[in-house]
Amino acid sequence: MILTEQKKYDEILKMLKGAKTVFIVGCGACATTAGTGGEEQVKDFAERLKKDGKEVIGTVVVDATCDNRLCRKNLSGHKDKLDKADAFLVMACGAGVQTISGLVGKAVFPALNSMFVAKIERAGKYYEMCTTCGDCQLDRTGGICLVTRCPKNTLNGPCGGSVNGKCEVNQENDCAWALIEERLKQINKVENINEFEPVKDWTKALRPRKMEK
Amino acid sequence: MSLEKALRTNKFVITAEIFPPKGINTASALKKAEALKDLVDAINVTDNQRAVMRMNPMVLCHQLVHMGIDPVYQMACRDRNTMGLSSDILAAAALGIKNILAVTGDYPLRNGKVLAKPVFEADSVQLLELIGKLEKGFDMNGAKLESTPAFVKGAVVNPGSEQMDLQVLKLKKKIDAGASFIQTQVVFDKDSFKRFRDKCSKMNAKFLLGIFPLKSFSVAQFMAEKVPGVKVPSKILERMEKTKDPLREGVDIAVETIKELKSYCDGIHFMTMNDEGLVREILSRI
Repeated sequence: MILTEQKKYDEILKMLKGAKTVFIVGCGACATTAGTGGEEQVKDFAERLKKDGKEVIGTVVVDATCDNRLCRKNLSGHKDKLDKADAFLVMACGAGVQTISGLVGKAVFPALNSMFVAKIERAGKYYEMCTTCGDCQLDRTGGICLVTRCPKNTLNGPCGGSVNGKCEVNQENDCAWALIEERLKQINKVENINEFEPVKDWTKALRPRKMEK
Repeated sequence: MSLEKALRTNKFVITAEIFPPKGINTASALKKAEALKDLVDAINVTDNQRAVMRMNPMVLCHQLVHMGIDPVYQMACRDRNTMGLSSDILAAAALGIKNILAVTGDYPLRNGKVLAKPVFEADSVQLLELIGKLEKGFDMNGAKLESTPAFVKGAVVNPGSEQMDLQVLKLKKKIDAGASFIQTQVVFDKDSFKRFRDKCSKMNAKFLLGIFPLKSFSVAQFMAEKVPGVKVPSKILERMEKTKDPLREGVDIAVETIKELKSYCDGIHFMTMNDEGLVREILSRI
C-alpha cells in the first residue's frame, strides 16, 4: 500500500487559514489501512477543526481517492455542500489529493504526507519494499530489492561497511546484501550475483509516468 | 616514479593521500604534497571524503601534475550521475591526470539529516566499467567520442569486512572491470587480512595495504566504533589506552602491521589525516 502519515495539526490549520467552511475527504483504501485517513480519523479531524472555529460542512470517505470514477460517484451526493465549501481537506496520499483537486475546482489541501510503498508487518510497522522503478529485477536477488533497500544502490556487491548484518547508513536496518546472500544460499542460487550488473536503465522511471491502453 | 611504472615494475608501491581544502586556497594541501613527493609513487586526492563538502579534487590533482607528482583522482559515485562522472573523467584526462580510484562514497547523512541528495546511479564496479567504455571510445550510451582517455584504474576493498565472501566477489568484478591496483580500507587486524589475501590470491591486481597510524586512544575508539566495517582488535585498543606516548605507540603498531603483512601485499597506502611526517617516520622503520 501507499503509506501515509498525518501532517502536524498546526501545519494543517495554517493551510486552512482564511477558509471558513471546510469539506473533509477521507480515503477508504490505503489511508484507512494505515489509520491516517479513514472514517475514524475524518471524524476526529472534523471535531478538532470545529473546536478551532472552522465550519465543517461535510465529510465523505471515498472508497479509493486515487480512483477518479469512485471520487465522482462518492462526491455526487454532496453537491450543495461542495458548492459551499471554501476549502477541501483531503486525508489521502498525493494521488488522492490530486484526483479530488482535479474534480472540485477549489482550494484543496493535503492532511497527510505520502511516505512510501509499504509492506505491512503489523499495525504500526511498515517497511518500504519497492521504488516502483519500472524494471523489476527481484529474480536475480532472491526477492530482495537493492534499489530500495540498499541506500547506496550497490547492484554489484556490498559497500564494505556492514556490521552484524546491519546497514552502515542506518544500523536499525538489515544490510540488503546480507539478506540476499542468505536467501540465495537457501534457494541454491548464489551464482545469481556473480555476473556484472550494468547501470540501471531509468527510462521507465521518467516522470510523470503514465500508462494508457 | 609514476604509479603506472611502479605497478608495472613490481616495485613495492607507496601511496598517500591529501585532502582538498574546505575553501579555495590549495597552498596548504600542496605543501603537504611537496613534503610527500620523494617518499611516494603517487598521491591520492580524496573526493568529499566522509561526505564532508570540499573543493573538487580534480583541481589539486592538476596542480600535482604540474609539480611532477603523480596524482590518484578519487571519484565517488555519491554526487554525480553517469553523465556527470563521464564528463569529469574526460576533464581529468585533459588535465593530465593518469590514475583514477573508483569508490562508492560515504552516505551523505549526519545525525539523521541528509546533507545533500545522494545520487549513487552507478556503483563502484559500474564506474570502473564506465571508465573502460570511455577508454574504448564510447560514452555510457554508446555514442562515439572524438578522442579517448586512458587511465590506470584503481578500486578499494574492506579486507576486514564480516562479509568477506561478498567483498571478494565484488572485488573480482572490479578487477574484471579494469582495476589494476587495490587500495584497502585501514587494516589493524593482521590475521583477518591474511585470510582475505588467501581468498583473492589469484586475482590479477596489486594490493596496497591501508595503513592509518593511530594518534590517540580516542582516535582508536573512533575507528573501532564509528568507521563502518573497520575492525580494531582489542589488543590494539588496550595498547593505545595504556601507553604514555600514544603517537609512538600508533607508529609502532603501523610498523608492526606493515612488517608482518609486507609479504601479503604489493605496497602501502597511507591514510595519515594530512600528517605527512608520519609517512617518513614509518617508511624509515620498515
